Amino acid sequence: MQEQQIHWGSSALTRVPYDVYTSPEVMAQEQVQIYRGNVWNYLCLDAELPQRGSYRTTFVGNIPVVVVRDSDDEIYAFENRCAHRGALIALEKSGKVDSFQCVYHAWTYSRQGDLTGVAFEMGVKGQGGMGPGFCKADHGPRKLRVTTFCGLVFGSFGEEVPDIEEYLGEEICDRIQRVLHKPVEVIGRFTQALPNNWKLYFENVKDSYHASLLHMFFTTFELNRLSQKGGLIVDESGGNHVSYSITDSATVDASYKEQGLRTDNDRIRLKDPSLLAGFTEFNDGITLQILSVFPGFVLQQIQNCIAVRQVLPAGLDRTTLNWTYLGYSDDTAEQRNVRIKQSNLVGPAGFISMEDGAVGSFVQRGIAGAHDLEAIVEMGGEGTSSSEGRATEAAVRGFWKAYRRHMGM
Amino acid sequence: MIDLLAICAFNAAYGNAIDSDALEDWPNFFTPNCHYRVTHIENEREGLPTGLIYADSRAMLEDRITSLRLANIYERQRYRHLLGVPDVESADDTSAVARTAFMVARIMATGETLLFATGVYHDRFVTLGGRLLLAKRVVVCDSTVTDTLLALPL
Ligand code: FES
Ligand SMILES: [Fe+2]
Repeated sequence: MQEQQIHWGSSALTRVPYDVYTSPEVMAQEQVQIYRGNVWNYLCLDAELPQRGSYRTTFVGNIPVVVVRDSDDEIYAFENRCAHRGALIALEKSGKVDSFQCVYHAWTYSRQGDLTGVAFEMGVKGQGGMGPGFCKADHGPRKLRVTTFCGLVFGSFGEEVPDIEEYLGEEICDRIQRVLHKPVEVIGRFTQALPNNWKLYFENVKDSYHASLLHMFFTTFELNRLSQKGGLIVDESGGNHVSYSITDSATVDASYKEQGLRTDNDRIRLKDPSLLAGFTEFNDGITLQILSVFPGFVLQQIQNCIAVRQVLPAGLDRTTLNWTYLGYSDDTAEQRNVRIKQSNLVGPAGFISMEDGAVGSFVQRGIAGAHDLEAIVEMGGEGTSSSEGRATEAAVRGFWKAYRRHMGM
Repeated sequence: MIDLLAICAFNAAYGNAIDSDALEDWPNFFTPNCHYRVTHIENEREGLPTGLIYADSRAMLEDRITSLRLANIYERQRYRHLLGVPDVESADDTSAVARTAFMVARIMATGETLLFATGVYHDRFVTLGGRLLLAKRVVVCDSTVTDTLLALPL
Protein backbone atom coordinates (compact mmCIF):
# COMPACT_ATOMS: atom_id res chain seq x y z
CA MET A 1 0.00 0.00 0.00
CA GLN A 2 1.06 3.56 -0.61
CA GLU A 3 2.45 5.73 2.09
CA GLN A 4 -0.06 7.75 4.03
CA GLN A 5 -0.19 11.14 2.35
CA ILE A 6 -3.12 12.72 4.13
CA HIS A 7 -2.91 14.09 7.60
CA TRP A 8 -6.17 13.62 9.46
CA GLY A 9 -6.03 16.06 12.32
CA SER A 10 -8.14 13.93 14.55
CA SER A 11 -9.74 10.54 14.69
CA ALA A 12 -13.15 12.25 14.80
CA LEU A 13 -15.25 12.59 11.67
CA THR A 14 -15.93 16.31 12.04
CA ARG A 15 -12.90 17.53 10.10
CA VAL A 16 -12.01 16.67 6.51
CA PRO A 17 -8.58 17.60 5.13
CA TYR A 18 -9.02 19.36 1.79
CA ASP A 19 -6.08 17.41 0.38
CA VAL A 20 -8.38 14.42 0.12
CA TYR A 21 -10.07 16.14 -2.87
CA THR A 22 -6.89 17.27 -4.60
CA SER A 23 -4.24 14.60 -4.05
CA PRO A 24 -3.37 12.31 -6.98
CA GLU A 25 -2.02 9.75 -4.48
CA VAL A 26 -5.39 9.59 -2.76
CA MET A 27 -7.11 9.12 -6.08
CA ALA A 28 -4.79 6.24 -6.98
CA GLN A 29 -5.35 4.66 -3.59
CA GLU A 30 -9.14 4.94 -3.98
CA GLN A 31 -8.99 2.92 -7.17
CA VAL A 32 -7.34 0.07 -5.28
CA GLN A 33 -8.85 0.26 -1.82
CA ILE A 34 -12.38 1.22 -2.75
CA TYR A 35 -13.29 0.39 -6.33
CA ARG A 36 -11.25 -2.81 -6.48
CA GLY A 37 -11.92 -3.49 -2.82
CA ASN A 38 -14.79 -4.82 -0.78
CA VAL A 39 -17.62 -2.62 -1.97
CA TRP A 40 -20.67 -3.19 -4.14
CA ASN A 41 -20.56 -0.95 -7.20
CA TYR A 42 -23.81 -0.18 -9.00
CA LEU A 43 -23.53 -1.43 -12.59
CA CYS A 44 -26.94 -1.08 -14.23
CA LEU A 45 -30.57 -2.14 -13.91
CA ASP A 46 -31.75 -5.67 -14.43
CA ALA A 47 -34.36 -4.10 -16.75
CA GLU A 48 -31.55 -2.83 -18.98
CA LEU A 49 -30.53 -6.42 -19.78
CA PRO A 50 -33.90 -7.63 -21.06
CA GLN A 51 -32.76 -10.61 -23.15
CA ARG A 52 -30.16 -13.31 -23.20
CA GLY A 53 -27.10 -11.68 -24.70
CA SER A 54 -28.11 -8.15 -23.75
CA TYR A 55 -25.12 -6.22 -22.45
CA ARG A 56 -24.18 -2.80 -21.19
CA THR A 57 -20.78 -1.22 -20.68
CA THR A 58 -20.05 0.84 -17.60
CA PHE A 59 -17.27 1.61 -15.13
CA VAL A 60 -16.16 0.58 -11.69
CA GLY A 61 -14.05 3.51 -10.60
CA ASN A 62 -11.95 4.08 -13.70
CA ILE A 63 -12.05 0.44 -14.82
CA PRO A 64 -14.20 -0.25 -17.90
CA VAL A 65 -16.62 -3.10 -17.30
CA VAL A 66 -19.06 -5.19 -19.37
CA VAL A 67 -22.30 -6.44 -17.79
CA VAL A 68 -24.13 -9.14 -19.71
CA ARG A 69 -26.96 -11.65 -19.39
CA ASP A 70 -26.05 -15.16 -20.50
CA SER A 71 -28.33 -17.98 -21.67
CA ASP A 72 -28.71 -19.26 -18.10
CA ASP A 73 -30.40 -15.89 -17.39
CA GLU A 74 -27.65 -15.03 -14.92
CA ILE A 75 -25.85 -11.71 -15.13
CA TYR A 76 -22.07 -11.68 -15.47
CA ALA A 77 -19.61 -8.81 -15.34
CA PHE A 78 -15.98 -8.63 -16.32
CA GLU A 79 -13.35 -6.07 -17.09
CA ASN A 80 -13.81 -4.60 -20.56
CA ARG A 81 -10.19 -5.25 -21.46
CA CYS A 82 -8.88 -7.79 -23.92
CA ALA A 83 -6.53 -10.37 -22.44
CA HIS A 84 -4.22 -9.98 -25.44
CA ARG A 85 -3.07 -6.37 -25.61
CA GLY A 86 -5.64 -4.63 -23.48
CA ALA A 87 -8.02 -3.13 -26.05
CA LEU A 88 -11.66 -2.58 -25.12
CA ILE A 89 -13.66 -5.73 -25.83
CA ALA A 90 -17.06 -4.03 -26.17
CA LEU A 91 -17.21 -0.59 -27.73
CA GLU A 92 -20.91 0.31 -27.58
CA LYS A 93 -22.89 1.47 -24.54
CA SER A 94 -25.30 -1.40 -24.99
CA GLY A 95 -26.23 -4.15 -27.41
CA LYS A 96 -26.95 -7.82 -27.84
CA VAL A 97 -24.34 -10.49 -28.64
CA ASP A 98 -23.79 -14.22 -28.86
CA SER A 99 -20.19 -13.70 -27.82
CA PHE A 100 -17.67 -10.88 -27.77
CA GLN A 101 -14.85 -10.40 -30.21
CA CYS A 102 -12.03 -7.92 -29.80
CA VAL A 103 -11.63 -5.89 -33.01
CA TYR A 104 -7.85 -5.69 -32.74
CA HIS A 105 -6.78 -9.33 -33.34
CA ALA A 106 -10.16 -11.04 -33.12
CA TRP A 107 -9.74 -12.85 -29.81
CA THR A 108 -13.15 -14.02 -28.65
CA TYR A 109 -14.85 -14.22 -25.28
CA SER A 110 -17.94 -15.94 -23.99
CA ARG A 111 -20.75 -13.99 -22.36
CA GLN A 112 -19.33 -15.07 -19.03
CA GLY A 113 -16.01 -13.40 -19.79
CA ASP A 114 -13.97 -16.50 -20.61
CA LEU A 115 -11.37 -16.37 -23.36
CA THR A 116 -12.66 -18.89 -25.91
CA GLY A 117 -10.79 -18.15 -29.10
CA VAL A 118 -7.37 -16.91 -30.18
CA ALA A 119 -7.10 -16.12 -33.88
CA PHE A 120 -4.48 -18.32 -35.60
CA GLU A 121 -3.82 -20.03 -32.29
CA MET A 122 -2.21 -22.93 -34.15
CA GLY A 123 -0.55 -20.63 -36.66
CA VAL A 124 -0.96 -20.65 -40.43
CA LYS A 125 0.44 -23.48 -42.51
CA GLY A 126 2.59 -24.61 -39.65
CA GLN A 127 4.05 -21.14 -39.11
CA GLY A 128 3.47 -18.92 -36.10
CA GLY A 129 0.83 -19.59 -33.57
CA MET A 130 0.87 -19.46 -29.80
CA GLY A 131 3.48 -21.27 -27.79
CA PRO A 132 2.68 -24.79 -26.64
CA GLY A 133 2.28 -23.69 -23.03
CA PHE A 134 -0.43 -21.16 -23.73
CA CYS A 135 -3.71 -22.09 -22.09
CA LYS A 136 -6.77 -19.96 -22.82
CA ALA A 137 -8.37 -20.83 -19.49
CA ASP A 138 -5.49 -19.13 -17.68
CA HIS A 139 -6.13 -15.85 -19.43
CA GLY A 140 -9.11 -13.62 -19.53
CA PRO A 141 -10.36 -10.34 -18.21
CA ARG A 142 -10.84 -10.05 -14.47
CA LYS A 143 -14.33 -11.06 -13.42
CA LEU A 144 -16.53 -9.34 -10.91
CA ARG A 145 -18.82 -10.91 -8.38
CA VAL A 146 -22.34 -9.90 -9.36
CA THR A 147 -25.45 -9.59 -7.27
CA THR A 148 -28.87 -8.09 -7.79
CA PHE A 149 -31.20 -6.46 -5.33
CA CYS A 150 -34.67 -5.20 -6.30
CA GLY A 151 -33.63 -5.04 -9.95
CA LEU A 152 -30.37 -3.21 -9.23
CA VAL A 153 -27.24 -4.94 -10.49
CA PHE A 154 -24.11 -4.53 -8.37
CA GLY A 155 -20.60 -5.83 -8.98
CA SER A 156 -17.51 -6.23 -6.84
CA PHE A 157 -13.85 -7.04 -7.38
CA GLY A 158 -13.50 -7.68 -3.64
CA GLU A 159 -12.97 -11.12 -2.17
CA GLU A 160 -14.51 -10.28 1.15
CA VAL A 161 -17.47 -8.09 0.35
CA PRO A 162 -20.46 -9.24 2.40
CA ASP A 163 -23.77 -10.26 0.84
CA ILE A 164 -25.70 -7.32 -0.54
CA GLU A 165 -28.39 -7.45 2.16
CA GLU A 166 -25.76 -7.28 4.86
CA TYR A 167 -23.84 -4.58 2.98
CA LEU A 168 -26.94 -2.42 2.71
CA GLY A 169 -28.37 -3.09 6.15
CA GLU A 170 -31.98 -3.85 6.90
CA GLU A 171 -33.30 -0.30 6.87
CA ILE A 172 -31.67 0.58 3.56
CA CYS A 173 -32.98 -2.68 2.05
CA ASP A 174 -36.50 -1.76 3.15
CA ARG A 175 -36.19 1.71 1.67
CA ILE A 176 -34.96 0.40 -1.68
CA GLN A 177 -37.76 -2.16 -1.72
CA ARG A 178 -40.25 0.60 -0.97
CA VAL A 179 -39.45 2.30 -4.29
CA LEU A 180 -38.38 -0.62 -6.48
CA HIS A 181 -41.28 -2.87 -5.53
CA LYS A 182 -42.40 -3.58 -9.10
CA PRO A 183 -40.88 -3.73 -12.58
CA VAL A 184 -39.46 -0.51 -13.96
CA GLU A 185 -38.78 0.92 -17.40
CA VAL A 186 -36.13 3.44 -18.37
CA ILE A 187 -37.72 6.67 -19.64
CA GLY A 188 -34.58 8.75 -20.13
CA ARG A 189 -30.81 8.83 -19.59
CA PHE A 190 -28.64 11.87 -19.12
CA THR A 191 -25.03 12.36 -18.14
CA GLN A 192 -23.74 15.34 -16.23
CA ALA A 193 -20.02 16.12 -16.22
CA LEU A 194 -19.24 17.66 -12.86
CA PRO A 195 -16.09 19.78 -12.45
CA ASN A 196 -15.30 18.42 -9.00
CA ASN A 197 -13.98 15.40 -7.14
CA TRP A 198 -16.50 12.55 -6.89
CA LYS A 199 -16.57 12.74 -3.11
CA LEU A 200 -17.94 16.28 -3.15
CA TYR A 201 -20.98 15.11 -5.09
CA PHE A 202 -21.51 11.99 -3.02
CA GLU A 203 -21.25 14.05 0.18
CA ASN A 204 -23.70 16.54 -1.27
CA VAL A 205 -26.25 13.75 -1.72
CA LYS A 206 -25.82 12.83 1.94
CA ASP A 207 -25.92 16.43 3.12
CA SER A 208 -29.50 16.97 4.22
CA TYR A 209 -28.41 20.28 5.80
CA HIS A 210 -28.00 22.11 2.47
CA ALA A 211 -31.24 21.11 0.80
CA SER A 212 -33.58 23.84 2.03
CA LEU A 213 -30.79 26.44 2.05
CA LEU A 214 -29.33 26.03 -1.45
CA HIS A 215 -32.30 24.78 -3.45
CA MET A 216 -34.70 27.71 -3.42
CA PHE A 217 -37.20 26.53 -6.00
CA PHE A 218 -39.78 25.25 -3.52
CA THR A 219 -39.53 28.20 -1.13
CA THR A 220 -39.49 30.80 -3.90
CA PHE A 221 -42.72 29.49 -5.34
CA GLU A 222 -44.17 28.95 -1.88
CA LEU A 223 -44.46 25.27 -2.47
CA ASN A 224 -42.66 24.27 0.67
CA ARG A 225 -44.77 22.44 3.12
CA LEU A 226 -45.30 23.72 6.61
CA SER A 227 -45.84 20.36 8.16
CA GLN A 228 -42.90 18.45 6.81
CA LYS A 229 -41.86 15.66 9.04
CA GLY A 230 -39.01 13.48 8.10
CA GLY A 231 -35.81 11.89 9.12
CA LEU A 232 -32.36 10.68 8.35
CA ILE A 233 -31.16 7.10 8.50
CA VAL A 234 -27.48 6.19 8.46
CA ASP A 235 -26.60 2.52 8.34
CA GLU A 236 -24.14 0.80 10.64
CA SER A 237 -21.22 1.07 8.18
CA GLY A 238 -21.89 4.77 7.71
CA GLY A 239 -21.66 4.46 3.94
CA ASN A 240 -25.35 4.14 3.17
CA HIS A 241 -28.08 6.59 4.05
CA VAL A 242 -31.69 7.62 3.54
CA SER A 243 -33.15 11.07 3.98
CA TYR A 244 -36.90 11.45 3.69
CA SER A 245 -39.73 13.83 4.31
CA ILE A 246 -43.42 13.35 4.76
CA THR A 247 -46.15 15.66 3.64
CA ASP A 248 -49.29 15.78 5.67
CA SER A 249 -51.85 15.50 2.91
CA ALA A 250 -54.55 17.40 4.84
CA THR A 251 -52.32 20.45 5.12
CA VAL A 252 -51.32 20.27 1.50
CA ASP A 253 -54.85 20.15 0.27
CA ALA A 254 -55.77 23.19 2.36
CA SER A 255 -52.78 25.23 1.28
CA TYR A 256 -53.31 24.40 -2.38
CA LYS A 257 -56.92 25.50 -2.17
CA GLU A 258 -55.95 28.63 -0.38
CA GLN A 259 -53.47 29.46 -3.13
CA GLY A 260 -56.11 28.95 -5.76
CA LEU A 261 -58.43 31.43 -4.11
CA ARG A 262 -55.98 34.22 -3.73
CA THR A 263 -56.06 36.93 -6.32
CA ASP A 264 -53.26 39.20 -5.15
CA ASN A 265 -50.16 39.02 -7.21
CA ASP A 266 -47.43 39.77 -4.74
CA ARG A 267 -46.77 36.12 -4.14
CA ILE A 268 -44.82 34.29 -6.79
CA ARG A 269 -46.51 31.18 -7.99
CA LEU A 270 -46.03 28.83 -10.87
CA LYS A 271 -48.10 29.91 -13.85
CA ASP A 272 -48.43 26.28 -14.80
CA PRO A 273 -48.72 24.29 -11.56
CA SER A 274 -49.24 21.08 -13.54
CA LEU A 275 -45.46 20.68 -13.15
CA LEU A 276 -46.11 19.41 -9.64
CA ALA A 277 -49.55 17.90 -10.01
CA GLY A 278 -48.68 14.40 -8.92
CA PHE A 279 -50.56 11.43 -7.61
CA THR A 280 -50.31 9.36 -4.46
CA GLU A 281 -48.50 6.10 -5.06
CA PHE A 282 -46.76 5.38 -1.78
CA ASN A 283 -49.19 5.03 1.06
CA ASP A 284 -46.72 6.12 3.73
CA GLY A 285 -46.97 9.81 2.86
CA ILE A 286 -43.28 10.09 2.01
CA THR A 287 -42.97 12.54 -0.87
CA LEU A 288 -39.20 12.71 -0.94
CA GLN A 289 -36.67 9.96 -0.34
CA ILE A 290 -32.99 10.24 -1.23
CA LEU A 291 -30.98 7.08 -0.66
CA SER A 292 -27.29 6.45 -1.20
CA VAL A 293 -25.09 3.35 -1.20
CA PHE A 294 -21.33 3.56 -0.81
CA PRO A 295 -19.38 4.31 -2.96
CA GLY A 296 -21.51 5.72 -5.76
CA PHE A 297 -25.17 4.82 -6.00
CA VAL A 298 -28.21 7.02 -5.44
CA LEU A 299 -31.90 6.14 -5.62
CA GLN A 300 -34.29 9.02 -5.64
CA GLN A 301 -38.04 9.43 -5.20
CA ILE A 302 -39.05 13.05 -5.43
CA GLN A 303 -42.83 13.01 -5.54
CA ASN A 304 -43.47 10.80 -8.58
CA CYS A 305 -40.07 11.30 -10.13
CA ILE A 306 -38.02 8.12 -9.73
CA ALA A 307 -34.40 7.97 -10.80
CA VAL A 308 -31.13 6.23 -10.11
CA ARG A 309 -27.82 8.06 -10.24
CA GLN A 310 -24.38 6.55 -10.70
CA VAL A 311 -21.44 8.58 -9.42
CA LEU A 312 -18.13 7.78 -11.11
CA PRO A 313 -14.72 9.38 -10.64
CA ALA A 314 -13.36 10.69 -13.93
CA GLY A 315 -10.26 12.46 -12.65
CA LEU A 316 -9.19 14.44 -9.60
CA ASP A 317 -11.65 17.22 -10.32
CA ARG A 318 -13.97 15.43 -12.74
CA THR A 319 -17.00 13.32 -11.92
CA THR A 320 -19.37 11.56 -14.26
CA LEU A 321 -22.92 11.56 -12.98
CA ASN A 322 -25.26 9.23 -14.87
CA TRP A 323 -28.97 9.86 -14.41
CA THR A 324 -31.45 7.14 -15.34
CA TYR A 325 -35.09 8.21 -15.04
CA LEU A 326 -37.60 5.47 -14.38
CA GLY A 327 -41.27 4.72 -14.67
CA TYR A 328 -43.07 1.57 -13.63
CA SER A 329 -43.99 -0.86 -16.39
CA ASP A 330 -47.65 -0.68 -15.38
CA ASP A 331 -47.86 3.14 -15.46
CA THR A 332 -50.94 4.59 -17.09
CA ALA A 333 -50.30 7.23 -19.76
CA GLU A 334 -51.27 9.92 -17.26
CA GLN A 335 -48.90 8.61 -14.61
CA ARG A 336 -46.06 8.43 -17.11
CA ASN A 337 -46.76 11.98 -18.13
CA VAL A 338 -46.56 13.15 -14.52
CA ARG A 339 -43.15 11.52 -14.14
CA ILE A 340 -41.87 13.11 -17.34
CA LYS A 341 -43.03 16.55 -16.23
CA GLN A 342 -41.62 16.17 -12.75
CA SER A 343 -38.24 15.22 -14.19
CA ASN A 344 -37.86 18.98 -14.71
CA LEU A 345 -36.98 19.00 -11.02
CA VAL A 346 -33.84 16.90 -11.39
CA GLY A 347 -30.91 16.31 -13.72
CA PRO A 348 -28.48 18.85 -15.18
CA ALA A 349 -31.29 21.38 -15.76
CA GLY A 350 -33.33 20.44 -12.70
CA PHE A 351 -35.11 23.18 -10.79
CA ILE A 352 -33.93 21.60 -7.54
CA SER A 353 -30.72 19.92 -8.66
CA MET A 354 -28.84 22.18 -11.04
CA GLU A 355 -27.35 23.91 -7.99
CA ASP A 356 -25.56 20.73 -6.97
CA GLY A 357 -23.60 20.96 -10.22
CA ALA A 358 -22.69 24.55 -9.37
CA VAL A 359 -21.63 24.11 -5.73
CA GLY A 360 -19.28 21.19 -6.40
CA SER A 361 -17.39 23.49 -8.71
CA PHE A 362 -17.42 26.29 -6.11
CA VAL A 363 -15.85 23.99 -3.51
CA GLN A 364 -13.28 22.48 -5.87
CA ARG A 365 -12.13 25.94 -6.92
CA GLY A 366 -12.37 27.30 -3.38
CA ILE A 367 -10.04 24.70 -1.91
CA ALA A 368 -7.23 25.25 -4.43
CA GLY A 369 -4.09 25.78 -2.41
CA ALA A 370 -5.80 24.94 0.87
CA HIS A 371 -3.23 22.30 1.85
CA ASP A 372 -3.24 21.50 5.54
CA LEU A 373 -6.63 23.15 5.97
CA GLU A 374 -9.78 21.22 6.65
CA ALA A 375 -13.56 21.39 6.28
CA ILE A 376 -15.91 21.47 9.25
CA VAL A 377 -18.55 18.76 9.39
CA GLU A 378 -20.02 19.35 12.81
CA MET A 379 -23.66 20.19 12.20
CA GLY A 380 -25.80 17.98 14.41
CA GLY A 381 -22.89 16.86 16.58
CA GLU A 382 -20.10 14.42 15.97
CA GLY A 383 -21.92 11.15 15.47
CA THR A 384 -23.30 9.21 12.57
CA SER A 385 -26.58 8.07 14.04
CA SER A 386 -30.03 8.35 12.54
CA SER A 387 -32.23 11.27 13.55
CA GLU A 388 -35.62 12.82 13.00
CA GLY A 389 -34.27 16.23 12.09
CA ARG A 390 -32.40 16.85 8.91
CA ALA A 391 -30.31 19.85 9.96
CA THR A 392 -27.44 17.49 10.49
CA GLU A 393 -24.34 16.27 8.73
CA ALA A 394 -24.56 12.81 10.27
CA ALA A 395 -24.72 11.06 6.89
CA VAL A 396 -21.69 13.02 5.65
CA ARG A 397 -19.78 11.90 8.73
CA GLY A 398 -21.04 8.39 8.01
CA PHE A 399 -19.47 8.64 4.56
CA TRP A 400 -16.11 9.49 6.08
CA LYS A 401 -16.44 6.66 8.55
CA ALA A 402 -16.88 4.18 5.69
CA TYR A 403 -14.30 5.90 3.49
CA ARG A 404 -11.58 5.89 6.12
CA ARG A 405 -12.23 2.27 6.95
CA HIS A 406 -11.89 1.17 3.32
CA MET A 407 -8.88 3.41 2.76
CA GLY A 408 -7.21 2.35 5.98
CA MET A 409 -6.88 5.98 7.00
CA MET B 1 -46.54 30.62 -47.53
CA ILE B 2 -43.99 30.36 -44.72
CA ASP B 3 -40.65 30.60 -46.50
CA LEU B 4 -37.05 29.84 -45.69
CA LEU B 5 -36.23 33.47 -45.06
CA ALA B 6 -39.04 33.84 -42.54
CA ILE B 7 -37.76 30.82 -40.60
CA CYS B 8 -34.19 32.12 -40.78
CA ALA B 9 -35.27 35.47 -39.43
CA PHE B 10 -37.30 33.78 -36.71
CA ASN B 11 -34.32 31.67 -35.62
CA ALA B 12 -31.99 34.66 -35.61
CA ALA B 13 -34.37 36.54 -33.31
CA TYR B 14 -34.77 33.46 -31.12
CA GLY B 15 -31.03 33.00 -30.65
CA ASN B 16 -30.55 36.68 -30.09
CA ALA B 17 -33.19 36.80 -27.36
CA ILE B 18 -31.33 34.17 -25.34
CA ASP B 19 -27.83 35.43 -26.11
CA SER B 20 -28.67 39.03 -25.18
CA ASP B 21 -30.23 37.96 -21.87
CA ALA B 22 -33.74 38.94 -22.99
CA LEU B 23 -34.89 35.68 -21.44
CA GLU B 24 -38.35 37.03 -20.64
CA ASP B 25 -38.93 37.29 -24.41
CA TRP B 26 -38.00 33.68 -25.03
CA PRO B 27 -41.41 32.11 -24.19
CA ASN B 28 -43.04 34.50 -26.68
CA PHE B 29 -41.50 32.55 -29.53
CA PHE B 30 -43.87 29.69 -28.68
CA THR B 31 -47.61 29.06 -28.96
CA PRO B 32 -49.56 28.90 -25.69
CA ASN B 33 -49.77 25.09 -25.76
CA CYS B 34 -46.39 24.40 -27.28
CA HIS B 35 -44.08 21.45 -26.80
CA TYR B 36 -40.47 22.27 -25.91
CA ARG B 37 -38.00 19.59 -24.96
CA VAL B 38 -34.22 19.36 -24.65
CA THR B 39 -32.91 15.86 -25.18
CA HIS B 40 -30.02 14.10 -26.90
CA ILE B 41 -29.51 11.87 -29.85
CA GLU B 42 -29.51 8.56 -27.95
CA ASN B 43 -32.76 9.18 -26.07
CA GLU B 44 -34.31 10.33 -29.32
CA ARG B 45 -33.15 7.22 -31.18
CA GLU B 46 -34.48 4.94 -28.45
CA GLY B 47 -37.74 6.86 -28.15
CA LEU B 48 -37.16 7.73 -24.48
CA PRO B 49 -39.55 10.59 -23.75
CA THR B 50 -37.94 12.41 -20.82
CA GLY B 51 -36.11 15.67 -21.44
CA LEU B 52 -33.46 17.66 -19.63
CA ILE B 53 -36.15 20.29 -19.93
CA TYR B 54 -39.71 19.31 -20.74
CA ALA B 55 -42.57 21.76 -21.21
CA ASP B 56 -46.02 21.40 -22.70
CA SER B 57 -47.11 25.00 -22.30
CA ARG B 58 -45.72 28.47 -22.76
CA ALA B 59 -46.52 29.09 -19.09
CA MET B 60 -44.03 26.38 -18.14
CA LEU B 61 -41.38 28.20 -20.15
CA GLU B 62 -42.25 31.42 -18.33
CA ASP B 63 -41.99 29.59 -15.00
CA ARG B 64 -38.54 28.37 -15.95
CA ILE B 65 -37.34 31.90 -16.62
CA THR B 66 -38.86 33.15 -13.37
CA SER B 67 -37.11 30.33 -11.55
CA LEU B 68 -33.78 31.10 -13.23
CA ARG B 69 -34.11 34.75 -12.27
CA LEU B 70 -35.29 34.27 -8.71
CA ALA B 71 -34.62 30.81 -7.40
CA ASN B 72 -31.81 28.92 -9.08
CA ILE B 73 -28.14 29.27 -8.17
CA TYR B 74 -25.65 29.15 -11.02
CA GLU B 75 -22.73 31.21 -12.19
CA ARG B 76 -23.35 34.13 -14.49
CA GLN B 77 -22.99 32.92 -18.05
CA ARG B 78 -23.93 33.81 -21.60
CA TYR B 79 -24.50 31.82 -24.76
CA ARG B 80 -23.69 32.48 -28.37
CA HIS B 81 -26.03 30.66 -30.76
CA LEU B 82 -24.83 29.92 -34.27
CA LEU B 83 -27.73 28.57 -36.28
CA GLY B 84 -27.51 26.77 -39.60
CA VAL B 85 -29.71 27.17 -42.63
CA PRO B 86 -33.07 25.52 -41.90
CA ASP B 87 -33.81 22.35 -43.81
CA VAL B 88 -37.48 22.91 -44.58
CA GLU B 89 -39.31 19.65 -44.89
CA SER B 90 -42.74 21.09 -45.61
CA ALA B 91 -44.39 24.50 -45.56
CA ASP B 92 -47.70 26.10 -46.42
CA ASP B 93 -49.54 29.27 -45.43
CA THR B 94 -50.09 28.33 -41.81
CA SER B 95 -47.50 25.76 -40.83
CA ALA B 96 -44.02 24.49 -41.56
CA VAL B 97 -41.77 21.65 -40.45
CA ALA B 98 -38.04 22.27 -40.43
CA ARG B 99 -34.74 21.19 -38.95
CA THR B 100 -31.98 23.59 -38.05
CA ALA B 101 -28.52 22.73 -36.80
CA PHE B 102 -27.12 24.75 -33.92
CA MET B 103 -23.85 25.37 -32.16
CA VAL B 104 -23.94 27.07 -28.79
CA ALA B 105 -20.85 28.42 -27.06
CA ARG B 106 -21.00 29.28 -23.37
CA ILE B 107 -19.16 32.27 -22.00
CA MET B 108 -18.55 31.98 -18.27
CA ALA B 109 -18.20 34.69 -15.65
CA THR B 110 -14.49 33.81 -15.51
CA GLY B 111 -14.16 34.92 -19.14
CA GLU B 112 -13.65 31.60 -20.86
CA THR B 113 -15.61 30.56 -23.92
CA LEU B 114 -16.35 26.87 -24.43
CA LEU B 115 -18.27 24.94 -27.01
CA PHE B 116 -21.23 23.91 -24.86
CA ALA B 117 -23.67 22.17 -27.18
CA THR B 118 -24.29 21.20 -30.78
CA GLY B 119 -27.36 19.56 -32.24
CA VAL B 120 -30.49 20.02 -34.28
CA TYR B 121 -33.79 21.75 -33.60
CA HIS B 122 -36.72 19.63 -34.77
CA ASP B 123 -39.37 22.28 -35.28
CA ARG B 124 -43.00 22.74 -36.17
CA PHE B 125 -43.97 26.31 -36.89
CA VAL B 126 -47.46 27.78 -37.12
CA THR B 127 -48.80 31.23 -37.83
CA LEU B 128 -51.00 32.62 -35.12
CA GLY B 129 -52.46 36.11 -35.27
CA GLY B 130 -50.18 36.93 -38.18
CA ARG B 131 -47.05 35.89 -36.28
CA LEU B 132 -44.80 32.93 -36.85
CA LEU B 133 -44.52 30.83 -33.69
CA LEU B 134 -43.12 27.50 -32.58
CA ALA B 135 -45.75 24.91 -31.84
CA LYS B 136 -42.96 22.44 -31.19
CA ARG B 137 -39.20 22.61 -30.74
CA VAL B 138 -37.33 19.46 -29.77
CA VAL B 139 -33.70 20.31 -29.12
CA VAL B 140 -31.71 17.17 -29.94
CA CYS B 141 -28.17 17.57 -28.64
CA ASP B 142 -25.39 15.58 -30.30
CA SER B 143 -23.60 14.87 -27.03
CA THR B 144 -25.17 12.83 -24.26
CA VAL B 145 -23.10 14.72 -21.69
CA THR B 146 -23.94 18.11 -20.22
CA ASP B 147 -21.09 20.07 -18.69
CA THR B 148 -21.85 21.12 -15.08
CA LEU B 149 -25.43 22.25 -15.66
CA LEU B 150 -27.89 23.53 -18.25
CA ALA B 151 -29.23 26.81 -16.91
CA LEU B 152 -30.17 28.94 -19.92
CA PRO B 153 -32.40 27.40 -22.57
CA LEU B 154 -31.02 26.24 -25.90
S1 FES C 1 -5.89 -6.66 -28.24
FE1 FES C 1 -7.68 -7.82 -28.31
S2 FES C 1 -7.17 -9.37 -29.74
FE2 FES C 1 -5.35 -8.23 -29.61
FE1 LIG D 1 -28.63 19.33 -3.45
